[in-house]
Amino acid sequence: MNNTTKAQVVLRLQGITKRFGPVTANEGVSFDLHRGEVIALLGENGAGKTTLMNILFGQYTADEGSVELFGQTLPPGAPRAALDAGVGMVHQHFTLADNLTVWENIVLGVDPLTAPRLKPAQAKARIRALSDQFHLKVDPNAKVGRLTVGERQRVEILKALYRDAKILILDEPTAVLTPQEAEALFATLREAIATGLSVIFISHKLHEVMAISHRVVVLRHGKLAAERATNQTNREDLAALMVGTEVSAPSIETAAPGAPLLSLRRVTTPDQGAAPGLKSLNLELAAGQIIGLAGVSGNGQAALSDLLSGLITPASGEMQLNGTEVQRWTPRTAIAKGIARIPEDRHKTGTIADFDLTENAILETYASRFSRRGWMNWAKARAFTKDLINTYDVRCPGPDIRIRLLSGGNMQKLILGRVLEEAPQIILANQPVRGLDIGAVNYVHGALAKARDRGAAVLLISEDLDEIMQLSDVIHVISEGRLSPGFGRGTMRPEDLGAWMAGHGFDAGAPNAA
Amino acid sequence: MDLFDILLSASFWAAAIRIASPLIFATLGELICERAGVLNLGIEGIMVAGAFAGWIAVWAGLPLWGGVAVAMLTGMMLGLVHSILSVPFGLSQHVVGIGLTLLATSLTFYTYRVVLPEVSSPPKITAFQPYEIPLLSDLPLVGPALFSQTPLTYAGFILAALTALVLYRTPLGLAVRAAGENPAAVAAQGLSVTAIRMGAVIVGSGFMAVGGAFLTLSAFDSFFFDMVNGRGWICIALVVFGAWKPGKAVMGAILFAAFDALQIRLQQTGIGAVVPYQVFLMLPYFLSILALVVMSRRAEIPAALMVPFNKGER
Amino acid sequence: MRLEPIAAPSPARRIVPPLLALLATFAVATLLALIAGGYPFAVFGLIVKGAFGSKFALLETLNSATPLIFTGLAIAVAFRAKLWNIGAEAQLYAGAVLTVVLGTGALGLPAYLMLPLCAIAAMFAGATLLLGPALLKTRLGVDEVVTTLLFNFIFLLFVSYLLEGPLKDPMGMGWPKSARLLPEARLPRLVEGLRLHWGFGLALIAALLVWVINTRTTLGYEMRAVGQNAEAAGFAGIPVTKVILKTALLSGGLAGLAGFSEVSGLKGALTLDLSPGFGYTGIVVAMLALLHPLGVVVAALFVAAIFVGADSMSRAAGVPSYIADIMLASALLFMVLAILLTKFRVRRD
Repeated sequence: MNNTTKAQVVLRLQGITKRFGPVTANEGVSFDLHRGEVIALLGENGAGKTTLMNILFGQYTADEGSVELFGQTLPPGAPRAALDAGVGMVHQHFTLADNLTVWENIVLGVDPLTAPRLKPAQAKARIRALSDQFHLKVDPNAKVGRLTVGERQRVEILKALYRDAKILILDEPTAVLTPQEAEALFATLREAIATGLSVIFISHKLHEVMAISHRVVVLRHGKLAAERATNQTNREDLAALMVGTEVSAPSIETAAPGAPLLSLRRVTTPDQGAAPGLKSLNLELAAGQIIGLAGVSGNGQAALSDLLSGLITPASGEMQLNGTEVQRWTPRTAIAKGIARIPEDRHKTGTIADFDLTENAILETYASRFSRRGWMNWAKARAFTKDLINTYDVRCPGPDIRIRLLSGGNMQKLILGRVLEEAPQIILANQPVRGLDIGAVNYVHGALAKARDRGAAVLLISEDLDEIMQLSDVIHVISEGRLSPGFGRGTMRPEDLGAWMAGHGFDAGAPNAA
Repeated sequence: MDLFDILLSASFWAAAIRIASPLIFATLGELICERAGVLNLGIEGIMVAGAFAGWIAVWAGLPLWGGVAVAMLTGMMLGLVHSILSVPFGLSQHVVGIGLTLLATSLTFYTYRVVLPEVSSPPKITAFQPYEIPLLSDLPLVGPALFSQTPLTYAGFILAALTALVLYRTPLGLAVRAAGENPAAVAAQGLSVTAIRMGAVIVGSGFMAVGGAFLTLSAFDSFFFDMVNGRGWICIALVVFGAWKPGKAVMGAILFAAFDALQIRLQQTGIGAVVPYQVFLMLPYFLSILALVVMSRRAEIPAALMVPFNKGER
Repeated sequence: MRLEPIAAPSPARRIVPPLLALLATFAVATLLALIAGGYPFAVFGLIVKGAFGSKFALLETLNSATPLIFTGLAIAVAFRAKLWNIGAEAQLYAGAVLTVVLGTGALGLPAYLMLPLCAIAAMFAGATLLLGPALLKTRLGVDEVVTTLLFNFIFLLFVSYLLEGPLKDPMGMGWPKSARLLPEARLPRLVEGLRLHWGFGLALIAALLVWVINTRTTLGYEMRAVGQNAEAAGFAGIPVTKVILKTALLSGGLAGLAGFSEVSGLKGALTLDLSPGFGYTGIVVAMLALLHPLGVVVAALFVAAIFVGADSMSRAAGVPSYIADIMLASALLFMVLAILLTKFRVRRD
């Protein structure tokens, strides 16, 4: 599609500037979106993509600049205006109410609240028609709480289409999908733009950007860094634009496996609500290796992570550490046995927001190292934290400030320091770089590789297939609580892993090699 | 009179429905608040204020329904205070609720002393009288039990039906239910979570106050300091017992009231001579705790209950 | 409207909102005094005079503050760990009941053991009473606010039964009242000749001990961690359930001591009006103190002064003494809002 310049402009952002106190989130951002066009909005975490979309949506008011939709300037601070003008947004974190049905979620807020009643039959018929047209299969009567992640995303897209959206904004939509599901999503989007819809596609995955977009808009530090026609650029070019300078990721060589440190045999754990437990899972973590766990989120990663963290115990099966069967398994014993745990959610699980850095740094070791007979040794704790801050390059005013005030990257460095200082044998890294900028990502990856090189076994859980393929010596795929055989570095293409992620291959009776 | 006779007597069931009525109003009010995501622990104080406001308004010359309206407005004012603190400011709903109960109760007692400084016993009003619904009240058992109540009791049942209708059949009700489950879903569809939650708390508090006013305008004909006596806390247990559904909550209130009516009657039987009366009076509270324990395994609690919503926060 | 956390609040940010909250409280009281036909300045003057105006008034205020320090500490300890103990009233009575049982000579204890054992028994009673709701919370997820509240009603009925039955004073002429404690079960006066009992001294010691526990011990650290973020605490290996139960024991024990101190130090016998709601007022005390144990002492004195002062003011000026309860309830609400505003900025967008 090369006629974008001639097509009607549906959205025009002009000189958008937004400041939060001393921080400038967006500065002078301008671009146009045309009818039937897909723009990829590319940028690192913290580059200002989300703020920009929130301004477009009336959630924030821009300090300067204007948003024009179909030639009409949007009034500032009116959350409904963009929706009513035909902008639909699919958020990265789904905005669905689990206790409601699919159709209820879709019609929420469509009729005015003063309307006398809902019209379920009419709504469901319309939803079914849209499902058929755009290949978005989902049962309107199903409770959303029972849907898979892929189905939920379809509901989100249907929500926008139901409101006759002319512009669809997708925020990191493939983060939760298998490559195959992502391909299906692209097919839906191509269908949609053929009917005249325009799309803004927010992503940091370059291959997807190249595959689906017509134009790429790159944001860096809140400013528009570049605007390129997709067919006149390439991945390397975009990567450099996104980061500003050439940043080389740490190159990581394959290592030979050492002695097995942890092994799971036919381990089963109960399901946790909609999240599946482990289904007769076999896994071996060997010294000196990074074992990558790929899979769509919600397929048992949480159960495996909780198991290694000491939060749950196997319902059946064996769990051995250094060749001995595990007894009385709690977070405390896990730590004592030398397992370092980097939790998935550093804000909710990894740290206590209103505790200062010292109190957070000793969270796992206060009992064993910083107290005697129930009395705290704060002087020792504070000295330890100061060391940690220096060694792990945590940028902060000092050990006495609340951790809430640190950036995600610095918070993660403190957690890393906290667990690596114990010289762990096994490292569980659950989504260790989610939401970090490239500098911090490289730091974390480098630290994991270093730990491996000194003989630790690292289990890396990530939804980002690129990250898994870049770091892992061995890759397993998890799907509905079942584990694939281990694949050596470079033996699998993304599509092959994608097939496993979608659940193919498990039934073929493939040996569950460790 | 043995248990069987009691359970088959119309007067027993009439008493049960009468005892259930204030609970029905207040439980519906609490249910609306909680469905929108706000735990309203101001309920006890709001019921005290409603009981007093309705009664004093009638004593001052307003008609009975005027008293009900005054009580409702009083409750809504207190609900406004609660909602401002708990919704846009997102303060701890535990602290705000307890604080509001203390405030509403002390304001009520203060006003009572200011308005009636000299009296030793509070004046009486002419309360709602039972109204026998033609034909229906002639039915055996259910006639005298259900259809010979005061108009305010009928209003309670109508309100329950209306609440269910609004919650499940209207866009407004859908928005309220969504606000209690995932406020971000409401905000993403261009609706104001703040407005929906505040509205729910204000209206719900109005219902609680009418529940209080039932005591002074229908069940009794005067106001006493300790007349609410923990009914508000019981209603919170009833909401849990009713799994946050209006129909079940009303059934729970009636079941609960039946036990209460039963213990009053049992006190007058042979058992009452042996067992101290305090044991009977404890029963309602024990039942409430039991209800909470029995229902604790159910996962029907609104997911965003007690979770403030601050847009732009991650 | 949106709340935005402030990274480094300026001194003005920390001080002005709480001051405004106090001002607002007095504004409310002024309005109410006017409505009741009193002159606001005269009313406040009389309150201050009633609370501090004479040696007798001052001692009365200190005596009234004593149970509030205990219940305030009980609630501060529990709330810090996000254990919503609203049942301090019942726990206080539980402590009082065991004090009376032992103190009237049920076990025939030797005199020198009487007071310590009464105190320990009272703590045990209060702790046990909170253990039930705490177990329901940790085992079954039952909200402890409602269960502790309901226990208040249940336990008061139980006390009423005791006072009309097993614990009834045979010389009481039919009143629901227990027998008087033996002399060796009475707390002595703090200073000979002054009407102030050792309960006040015990309360101060308790406050100091709680402060030490909070800041210096692993238990204090654990309680704060569990209260701030139970999920992170559990992940880090802190035994959350155990910490909550320990918190419950400490909190209930402190509330039980309030009952011991009132019976043994002040009243000498148990009646149904032993506590005019010390358990509930303790919530206000704890919140005004920002849950700080030493702040609890100051807040309890402030609250007691308002109560004692309002009582004497009411007799002189004819403004109902409930004005004290209103002032405290509104101070509580204004204060939680003010504390929020010291940490967050309100933004319109």
